Amino acid sequence: MIRNSKGLHVPEPGCRPGEEPDFSHVEVPPAGEVVRPPVTVSAAEIRDHAFRLIRVLDDNGMACGDWNPALSPDMLLKGLRAMMLTRAYDARMVRVQRQGKTSFYMKCTGEEAVAVAATMALRHEDMCFPTYRQQGILLARDWPMVDMMNQVYSNSQDRLKGRQMPVFYSSREAGFFSISGNLGTQYSQAVGWAMAAAADGDERISTAWIGEGATAEGDFHHALTFASVYRAPCILNIVNNQWAISSFSGIAGGEATTFAARGLGFGIPSLRVDGNDFLAVYAVTAWAAERARTGHGPTLIELFTYRAEGHSTSDDPTRYRPSTEAGAWPLGDPLERLKRHLIVAGHWSEEQHQALAKELDEEVRAAGKLSESYGTLKEGDRWPASTMFDDVYRDMPAHLVAQRRQAGV
Amino acid sequence: MPTMSMIEAINSAMDVALGLDPDVMIFGQDIGYFGGVFRATDKLQQRHGKQRIFDAPISEGGIVAAAVGMGAYGKRPVVEIQFADYIYPATDQIISEAARMRYRTGGEWWSPITIRSPYGGGIFGGQTHSQSPEGIFTHVAGLKIAIPSNPYDAKGLLIAAIEDDDPVLFFEPKRLYNGPFDGHHDRPVRNWAGHNDAEVPEGHYVVPLGKARRVREGGEVTILAYGTMVHVALCAAEETGIDAEIIDLRTLVPLDLDSITESVRKTGRCVVVHEATRTSGFGAELAAQVQEHCFFALEAPVERVTGWDTPYPHAFEWEYFPGPARVGEALKRVVNI
Repeated sequence: MIRNSKGLHVPEPGCRPGEEPDFSHVEVPPAGEVVRPPVTVSAAEIRDHAFRLIRVLDDNGMACGDWNPALSPDMLLKGLRAMMLTRAYDARMVRVQRQGKTSFYMKCTGEEAVAVAATMALRHEDMCFPTYRQQGILLARDWPMVDMMNQVYSNSQDRLKGRQMPVFYSSREAGFFSISGNLGTQYSQAVGWAMAAAADGDERISTAWIGEGATAEGDFHHALTFASVYRAPCILNIVNNQWAISSFSGIAGGEATTFAARGLGFGIPSLRVDGNDFLAVYAVTAWAAERARTGHGPTLIELFTYRAEGHSTSDDPTRYRPSTEAGAWPLGDPLERLKRHLIVAGHWSEEQHQALAKELDEEVRAAGKLSESYGTLKEGDRWPASTMFDDVYRDMPAHLVAQRRQAGV
Repeated sequence: MPTMSMIEAINSAMDVALGLDPDVMIFGQDIGYFGGVFRATDKLQQRHGKQRIFDAPISEGGIVAAAVGMGAYGKRPVVEIQFADYIYPATDQIISEAARMRYRTGGEWWSPITIRSPYGGGIFGGQTHSQSPEGIFTHVAGLKIAIPSNPYDAKGLLIAAIEDDDPVLFFEPKRLYNGPFDGHHDRPVRNWAGHNDAEVPEGHYVVPLGKARRVREGGEVTILAYGTMVHVALCAAEETGIDAEIIDLRTLVPLDLDSITESVRKTGRCVVVHEATRTSGFGAELAAQVQEHCFFALEAPVERVTGWDTPYPHAFEWEYFPGPARVGEALKRVVNI
């Protein structure tokens, strides 16, 4: 046998626990450098956009370049508020999980902009097919926090009747599709939704999110194929937060090329964006939404960001990455960056920020108290156990009627 | 009333559904302009337009995912998986998504989709064009499974499946598409002309899901069968002279348990027949149900006549296929106890 001296290549991240964080491989170009093409552009004409990084906010909080969406102060403050609320909500829900009031929770710390800014660039009636880390969509759409908490607690007011793990929200009214734990399934479903809208001549579009880790699933390939074939009016977001539980993005194929570049083979215009830059995420989503709505088809967007916390409350990231890594992330924090922009522009102050943070904490606390009065996973009211036999089918078939009787519930 | 083959009846069902409900959309591999490899969608694109019936990429997972998304939008998609053997790439979307959508969303979304797929052997399709995977899906909460045995039922059941708000897997016995088949592969091929169940109304009607049909009345033993095996069972009863009562299940989920128990309590004996492999097949469920509900009426153990627990072998198709001789032997064993 002729030996290959190199052996199998198993990708390794640049650093492990106990080592200095190393993001030397992350190239951070100046804000405003990447041009904003017309929405009629083809994938081939903006090939470079899949490898560069669209940034609007610079290190001084200034908005630069032709991607600057020039949002009103009201819109900027609405965005800041929704991101701060998301963070405050996350903080409380982790606390109550640690207190044993629910089984599980997932934060989106550092990734608030990829949900909030994108949602604000959509119309309310556009349909979202998220992953479990886009709770910011619901909060940006002013969906009642207490309803989300009811789901996390599986309590008597849980609209999902205690059937889903915490954070697997669903809200038809908010255009927020049911979360699946089988990663990637929503991506190709979103394309089907958009195909139906197109067949009806409906102006609404769909938007899907997927983690960079789950782009390795077949559903990702299915989604891009169908989106390309039928020019589906949809936006396909890849949230590249660098980590899939303990596997760094290299295990999903991130070493050889960018995740945005995967769209090029399908002829889908593909953009790579600073996911911690509220203005850039907003601008790129608005561009893609206009493309979709005017019949130019799908857009693939890689949102380059960082998962600042563990995968979930069941995860301990200090076991596989340096505990100081989040602080070293070169693209900063989305809340801090938007806050600085508002202050630099003269629309906001440190005092106002502190006051808002306090107000939001209070809002979250009040919602929490109300939700807990409806019960938690540990104590209080739940749906009657007999309802676990409901909704398997529209009408309960005889065998489930018999099993419900047998269960004695 | 016109005579239709099963494939014509299936085509007619979709034609009627497309005509009555603007939300019905049909897609799958080769089903558009060409009309499908078995001709099930012949001329439907020409009649109803490309916005509603079109070709899909070779991507079963993508096809079912798109159907789930369309269902969430408010459409009523009917998709074709070209052979049941190809359904496995779509199992995550069927099992984890479509089947549980209503449940996991507390009823605010559901998947009113129909997945049509030709199944079963007898056409020298080898291991990748002959399988009967229905048992895998009967194990999944939230799915309905229908399997017709004749043109009349095929059309009525398919319309019922399309109009149903739950996901329905509609397995079509491909060996019956163009004529009844009793398992005697060495005899001349018959077509549906002149068969009682090939008289099919042109317009809308349904055969409700969950209702079995007694296709032969008898007193000595009950045969539970569906799809192609209904015809094999009829042949076996005739050739052995055993007075068998034959129940065509038509729907595996929901199962018409009342029709089964009523018959077995009367005959005291039961033979279960399917073409799928035996271990953990749907026959095991049927045998268990009969045992639970009819134990004190039983005069003999319940027998299963099924495909062997091997892949479907190309050259040994007829040694694998549970034909009338094997069913007949089981009938003799059961009635002689």
